[in-house]
Amino acid sequence: MPTDQYHEPPDELPAETRTFARLCTSLQEEAEAIGWYQQRLAVEPDAVARDIMSDAQGEEFKHFAMDLEFLLRRTPKWREIAEGVLFQEGDIVEHGEEAEAEANGEGTSGGGGGSGDGSLGIGSLKGEGL
Amino acid sequence: MNHLLRELAPISDKGWEMIDDEARDRLTPGLAVRKLTDFAGPKGWTYSATNLGRTEPTTAGPVADVAAIQRRVLPLIELRADFTVSRAELRDGDRGALDVDFDSLDNAAQRMAVAENTAVFHGFASAGMAGICESCSHDTITLDDHFDQYPSHVAKAVEVLLEAGIAGPYGLALGSDGYTGVVETTEHGGYPVFEHLRHILSGPIVWAPGVRGAIVVSLRGGDFLFESGQDLSIGYDSHDSDKVSLYIEESFSFHVATPEAAVALNGN
Repeated sequence: MPTDQYHEPPDELPAETRTFARLCTSLQEEAEAIGWYQQRLAVEPDAVARDIMSDAQGEEFKHFAMDLEFLLRRTPKWREIAEGVLFQEGDIVEHGEEAEAEANGEGTSGGGGGSGDGSLGIGSLKGEGL
Repeated sequence: MNHLLRELAPISDKGWEMIDDEARDRLTPGLAVRKLTDFAGPKGWTYSATNLGRTEPTTAGPVADVAAIQRRVLPLIELRADFTVSRAELRDGDRGALDVDFDSLDNAAQRMAVAENTAVFHGFASAGMAGICESCSHDTITLDDHFDQYPSHVAKAVEVLLEAGIAGPYGLALGSDGYTGVVETTEHGGYPVFEHLRHILSGPIVWAPGVRGAIVVSLRGGDFLFESGQDLSIGYDSHDSDKVSLYIEESFSFHVATPEAAVALNGN
């Protein structure tokens, strides 16, 4: 079956890169489907049809999350940056820039004004003492 | 760059590393609260209030026949201690000096630890924060002047907690004088007091500068909740040709969920 998911000749790519590319394509397709359902839901007047499409969109949410988790597990730097951005409160752009700097080794202690967020990283000390 | 503005300071990478390491080393020994209570977070500088799951009535709804109640939250407080660092000392540090003068930083770190301990153990009324001692529902136990009697006082406190159904292990926060006295004292036969106390508590004895007397708390979890917004951090304020003005800062709330889970011990 012809496919355009490869940017380079497939027979020149290692197997793990082909798998990576397939999952990237799948991730892209799930995101597209989520967007399409969002548009259909916005214009569909029939409540039953809306329920079905909403259910289908929920499936795409799950597929997208599974694809993303697979790719993050196989790509440590991507995962490190994602961990600095996903599920964080506060400014998304600021988190992204800090996470990228940290992943590039620019945000370690003392670099460009110190650690990524300036925290001393002390946190909990529970149980310490004599 | 975040609100700490560290990138604007005329401090090298090595200088920041020295400052952060010094602050961490000086803060950690005195942060008794974090050794004895549950720590949640840090949730970031923009985090402003802890959810209590409680409400309070309003005098009336916005219109007739509509009731209204208001959510209660616990606002975070911000603590900040200013200090300065000599630019000449920082240059020497960049050259490899190992004895850089961080006296002002050390003093600020001590003030922050005392402030955190005082607010959590004794309360910070003007900010609406109730401390462990004032929230505690048990009678205060009077400490003897003699440190070799501390084990009997602490054993009594543990008994009070057990009778209230509060499980251990237990920890002991001791103010500076009490801590020194306990560490230096032996009982009849030469047995160290702190060893005896550890045996009674099954948990740590903690140096708690700022604490008046002593406090025995349960470490079972879920009783004392310290919620961090921004954890202890160092920020930049200003500089001139001689020195850099910096500060240590944090934001947090503290909530006693189980007033029965602590016993205060006070001297005469």
